[in-house]
Amino acid sequence: MTGLFLINILMALAWGAVSGNFSVINLVFGFVLGTGALFLIREQVGTGAYFHRYGQAVSLALMFIYELVMSAWRVATIVLRPKIELQPGIIAFPLTVDRDFEITMLASLITLTPGTLSVDVSEDRKTLYVHCIDVPDPDETIADIKNGFERKILEVFR
Amino acid sequence: MITVVLEIVVGLMLVIGASFAFVASLGILRLKDVYMRMHAGSKAGTLGSGLMLLALAIYAGDAGVVTRAIAGVIFFLLTAPISAHLLAKAAYVVGYRPCGDTKLDALAKVVTPKN
Repeated sequence: MTGLFLINILMALAWGAVSGNFSVINLVFGFVLGTGALFLIREQVGTGAYFHRYGQAVSLALMFIYELVMSAWRVATIVLRPKIELQPGIIAFPLTVDRDFEITMLASLITLTPGTLSVDVSEDRKTLYVHCIDVPDPDETIADIKNGFERKILEVFR
Repeated sequence: MITVVLEIVVGLMLVIGASFAFVASLGILRLKDVYMRMHAGSKAGTLGSGLMLLALAIYAGDAGVVTRAIAGVIFFLLTAPISAHLLAKAAYVVGYRPCGDTKLDALAKVVTPKN
C-alpha cells in the first residue's frame, strides 16, 4: 500500500522532470497520470488492492464530509429551537480498534459527527468516553458508531 | 456567463458559511454547559469557516491562494476535534460537571476531580 503510494509519488516527480515543469498543478497531473498507469497494470502486477484501498479511503472521506454537514445542520436546528430540551449524557464506547492513530482518527471523526463529542480515552485504550448532546437510547448510539465509522476505519487500515 | 454563476456560488457559500458561524456563536450563548457548547463550536464553527475559506478559494482562482485555502480547511478539520476534546477533558478533570439535565455520566466512576 505505502510502497505503491511512494511509487506513485515518484512517477509524479518523474513526470515533472520529463516535462520540465515542477509547478504544483503539473505535479498533481503527473500523480493522476501515474495512478492511471498503475491502474492499467493492476492485473499483471497485482495493484488491484491499492485501488480498492483508494476507493475505501475516498468513501471514508465522503462519509466524513456528509456527516460533518449533517452534524452542523443538527446543531443549528437544536440551537434555533425556541425552547431547548435535551437529554445530554456521557457514554462509554468499547473500542475495537487498538492502534493509537486509529483511536485518534475515530475520536476526531466522532467529534465531527452529529451530536457526539469524544471527551476521554481510558488508560488501557479500551474505552472511549463520548459526550452526546441528546441520548434517548445510549445503546443505539454505540451501535451506530460501531457499524459506521469504526467499521470503515477497520476496512481502510487493516 | 461562467463568472456570473461563479460569483453567485461564491456569494451563496459566504452567506451559508456566515450563518453557520452565527449559529455556532448562538449555540455557545444558549446551550447549558461547557460540553454542549463544545458541540456548537466544534461542528457548526468548523463547517462555517471551512465554507467561507472554500468560497475564497473559488473566488481567487489563483493556485497559491487555492492551495493555502484548502490547507486552511484541512487544518481546521484536524485541529477542531482535538481542541474540543482537550477542552472537554480539561474541564472534566478540573471538576466541572455536566449540567443537571444530563442523563448518564460514565466518566464519573473513572475520573475524580483533583482537589
